[in-house]
Amino acid sequence: MLQENTIAAIATGMTDSGIGIVRISGPDAVTVGDKFFRSRSGKAVLKTSKSHMMRYGFILNDDIPQTDPDWKDHIIDEVMAVVMYAPRSFTGEDTVEIQCHGGVLVMQKILETSLKCGARLAQPGEFTKRAFLNGRIDLSRAEAVMDVIRSRNEYALSASVKQLRGDLYEIVRQLRAEILYEIAFIEAALDDPEHISLHEYPERLRGKVTDLLGRIKKLLDTADNGRMMKEGIATVLIGKPNAGKSSLLNLLVGQERAIVTDVAGTTRDILEEYISLHGIGLKIIDTAGIRETQDTVEKIGVERARQYAEEADLIVFVADGSVPLDENDRKILSLIRDKRAIVLLNKSDLKDIVPEEKMNAFLHEILPDRKDIPVIRTSFKGNTGITDFEDAVKEMFLQGELSHNSEIAITNLRHKEALQNSYESLLLVEQSIDNGMEEDFYSIDLTNAYSELGKIIGEEVNDDVVEEIFSKFCMGK
Amino acid sequence: MPQIREKVDVCVIGAGHAGCEAALACARLGLETVIFTVSVDSIALMPCNPNIGGSSKGHLVRELDALGGEMGKNIDKTFIQSKMLNASKGPAVHSLRAQADKADYSREMRRILENQEHLSIRQIEVCEILWEEIAAGPARKKVTGIKTFTGTVYECKAVILCTGTYLRARCLCGESITYTGPNGLQAANHLTSSLEEMGIELQRFKTGTPARMDGRSLDYSKMEEQFGDERIVPFSFSTDPDSVQKDQVSCWLTYTNERTHDIIRENLDRSPIYAGIIEGTGPRYCPSIEDKVVKFAEKERHQVFIEPEGLHTNEMYISGMSSSLPEDVQLAMYRTVPGLENCKIVKNAYAIEYDCINARQLDPTLEFKAVSGLFSAGQFNGSSGYEEAAAQGLIAGINAAMSVLGKEPLILDRSESYIGVLIDDLVTKDNREPYRMMTSRAEYRLLLRQDNADLRLREKGYRVGLIGREQYEELLEKKRMIDKEIDRLKNTFLGANREIQAFLESVGSSPLKTSVSLAELICRPELSYEGLAKIDKDRKVLPESVIEQVEIEIKYEGYIARQLRQVEQFKKTEKKLIPPDLDYDKVPSLRIEARQKLKFFRPVSIGQASRISGVSPADVSVLLVFLEHYARCGKEEDQG
Repeated sequence: MLQENTIAAIATGMTDSGIGIVRISGPDAVTVGDKFFRSRSGKAVLKTSKSHMMRYGFILNDDIPQTDPDWKDHIIDEVMAVVMYAPRSFTGEDTVEIQCHGGVLVMQKILETSLKCGARLAQPGEFTKRAFLNGRIDLSRAEAVMDVIRSRNEYALSASVKQLRGDLYEIVRQLRAEILYEIAFIEAALDDPEHISLHEYPERLRGKVTDLLGRIKKLLDTADNGRMMKEGIATVLIGKPNAGKSSLLNLLVGQERAIVTDVAGTTRDILEEYISLHGIGLKIIDTAGIRETQDTVEKIGVERARQYAEEADLIVFVADGSVPLDENDRKILSLIRDKRAIVLLNKSDLKDIVPEEKMNAFLHEILPDRKDIPVIRTSFKGNTGITDFEDAVKEMFLQGELSHNSEIAITNLRHKEALQNSYESLLLVEQSIDNGMEEDFYSIDLTNAYSELGKIIGEEVNDDVVEEIFSKFCMGK
Repeated sequence: MPQIREKVDVCVIGAGHAGCEAALACARLGLETVIFTVSVDSIALMPCNPNIGGSSKGHLVRELDALGGEMGKNIDKTFIQSKMLNASKGPAVHSLRAQADKADYSREMRRILENQEHLSIRQIEVCEILWEEIAAGPARKKVTGIKTFTGTVYECKAVILCTGTYLRARCLCGESITYTGPNGLQAANHLTSSLEEMGIELQRFKTGTPARMDGRSLDYSKMEEQFGDERIVPFSFSTDPDSVQKDQVSCWLTYTNERTHDIIRENLDRSPIYAGIIEGTGPRYCPSIEDKVVKFAEKERHQVFIEPEGLHTNEMYISGMSSSLPEDVQLAMYRTVPGLENCKIVKNAYAIEYDCINARQLDPTLEFKAVSGLFSAGQFNGSSGYEEAAAQGLIAGINAAMSVLGKEPLILDRSESYIGVLIDDLVTKDNREPYRMMTSRAEYRLLLRQDNADLRLREKGYRVGLIGREQYEELLEKKRMIDKEIDRLKNTFLGANREIQAFLESVGSSPLKTSVSLAELICRPELSYEGLAKIDKDRKVLPESVIEQVEIEIKYEGYIARQLRQVEQFKKTEKKLIPPDLDYDKVPSLRIEARQKLKFFRPVSIGQASRISGVSPADVSVLLVFLEHYARCGKEEDQG
């Protein structure tokens, strides 16, 4: 808002298409672009390029010095780039546009690199807003601009919050609560030094910050740039041998990939497939059927299935509804623990030995805390129940509303930016402690970390600190 | 009935800490000013704690002094103990606090008022504000004068309301309720209805004060003695530090215990607050002992500071134990505290309820948005504390004077002073309890230090006319010396020679690898400006206050630079002004909540709009686009 810094965003839609455009706009646009755009001969050439002239070249994955002989190792994409100097650009500011290959992944990588090189992620509607404020859009469109800002913000925010189901939301809230407590403690002590002492506090805070850093690092690693979006939701198919896991995989993929026979235990290894389901990427891993086994080849497969289940975003438990549930099913089901999961009651066209109620009771017995696992009757042979399954996945990951991958990708990028910023602020706290700075300096960077995390869950700082001081610490006279 | 009619420039209602500063400012700027009080003997009374300053409040006093206010000078003349709080913390949170001789403080301020040219004091209750309707402008009314209880009319151009806790005041001590102002003084019961008739909305706040005891009945051997600082720093930039080095009195520290807390718990039903007799909202930062025991039940003890009320009285202030419990419970509870077993109460603790306004009805100049010429300051604006009151009093006084004189108002922003933070918070935020200054409320506190208040604000005081030419020249000279010395330190390089290495080793600092500047050495945590005297041979003798600035600027350069960058961003939004007559109903795409809030507040700038709770960044963006649209449309209309 009103900040005259340099912003970047993907200007074309975030769908896989032939060509995509990443736009960088603002006073440092050219400087930023020159950090990661190289001509065929490896030179940073934007600064010396004429306005509105196309340049052919490469995008690197970071700010790589021109002297680096191995610069080619850092190439992400082969692109055309164009510099447009103010005021002759869409926003009316200095602009660099990079026309790249239109894959979602590529565009995101390029955008991410521009952020690393000094640009800030554009707010929804910000290019248009700048264009208007710089007189590039005429008056008749002012109202439309305001609508764009309003609707995109609401959408982005709801998308952002919706996407933060359960885990991440809770983790971020918890992190914030802990940081806020420390800020309030320091501030209370500064405001009322005779009642609240900071004696030996720096050591204590040092431990706390290290802990916080570790937890944010973990978030950064796992939630790295919408990993789910990029690599697909890691989906693991588990179930007893011959329950129909491979048939499901084949159905979804649309081709016979896994060897499917009626003999239990035909899938000896782990199969991986990447599919797109209503715009959601699924990375499906078919595991060897899990059961107590003596067969050594299969045993390795079972062990790995357990491991995959541990790392999965989604577990699909395929049960054979035509045979009774047994001890093996119990063991397999227990792998679900706290993971998102869907139970498919397959072979419903055959004998109905396990009706839904029975399965639900069974589920409840093994996972008493889980009421959120849908049970769906399917017949892979008869091709029934597949749509229900697809809807369940959609419901689970998109809350039934998010239909655009682009929004997910962008909110992910926002989250990452915020996580990274709060991580760096906490590093500064650590540094201040180690340099023996006075306690009041810690709260400056703690507050930054706190407000950055707030961006993820859409909360601002306002009077949080003052509220916390009064609720947690007994003040003065 | 014959009626006296007087004609003056400014009327100030109330002679507490806000009223005194407001009246002095107006009179010093040459305006004929009258200050009204219900009791001349209670001018600049300190009805609660016997000290001035403290964390962040000390900053306010320093700033006030830099602008030409009186509080700092007055406490320098009348303090009996002084302490720099947070001295072991960073320079931004160092804060001065002095114990006052209350009677001396009050008497000295009265003397200043009595001897001020253009200022007269009048002991009478003001009952009515006189006003007229005006046609133009966002304000629909204009002040024309005031009327006293005895019927005299003072015609004037500006009125400053500094009624403190006196409006419809009610004091509570258990079941016993008296309709008086603080310390048994007469309440002001007539003004409220006149204000309501003008359309001003009032609300009710409460606060409280602990008991005063006969010092002879206390056993100090059971308490810890609390001394003042060895080297005393004065509040005022114009007080010679050497003139304030004197003998100090001590305060004493003791603690409550479980027995104290039991007595309180057993009698909670007799507390007017817990029994629901008090409706006003009390401050959380200054809780009664009942509140502390209820809210922080897990705490086994609370600190109690015993502070003298002055040199010529035995009365001691029992800090930390304010209460509205009945007399008998108070006595029983106080007597459980070590050293207070045989205490004799001189004045009971009590809670006080009073009328005040929600300050969102004010502009940042402290003038009412709806009534031209009507200003207000202090507890009446919903703040608490002597220092907060005085700071507002000064600003209201200056701005009343500026409006009478037809000059530009003085508005301080959040990036240049605590006073700016205080006033911005008051007029922008939804304050549901008496507002107290806190360092955590200042975003840019590294820049807003008590040590540099003169560098930040003295020039403004000079422009306004409250700081003299000579003092201003001194300031400029100080600035020159600071800049020159910093420049020298940054450009004087030391090589890694044997003498330097030996010196560094002797003070436990790592040896040099390449040559460095003196400034870089000062940045090392273990080194200081003072400590480098040995190897800094070209150094000139400089005043202490200059060295202090030089050292802070160098040592905290990185942090200071970061805050300056934030301030730069902040200033941009503050400079985007919103036309006062903007019709928010015509701004499309604003959310309803934001629209309502903006209509109510009528923020001065985009910056202020963005601080209103309920106005989101997207609303601000929409507003920006609309303002641009508005500006361009306006231009086109002009051309057509």
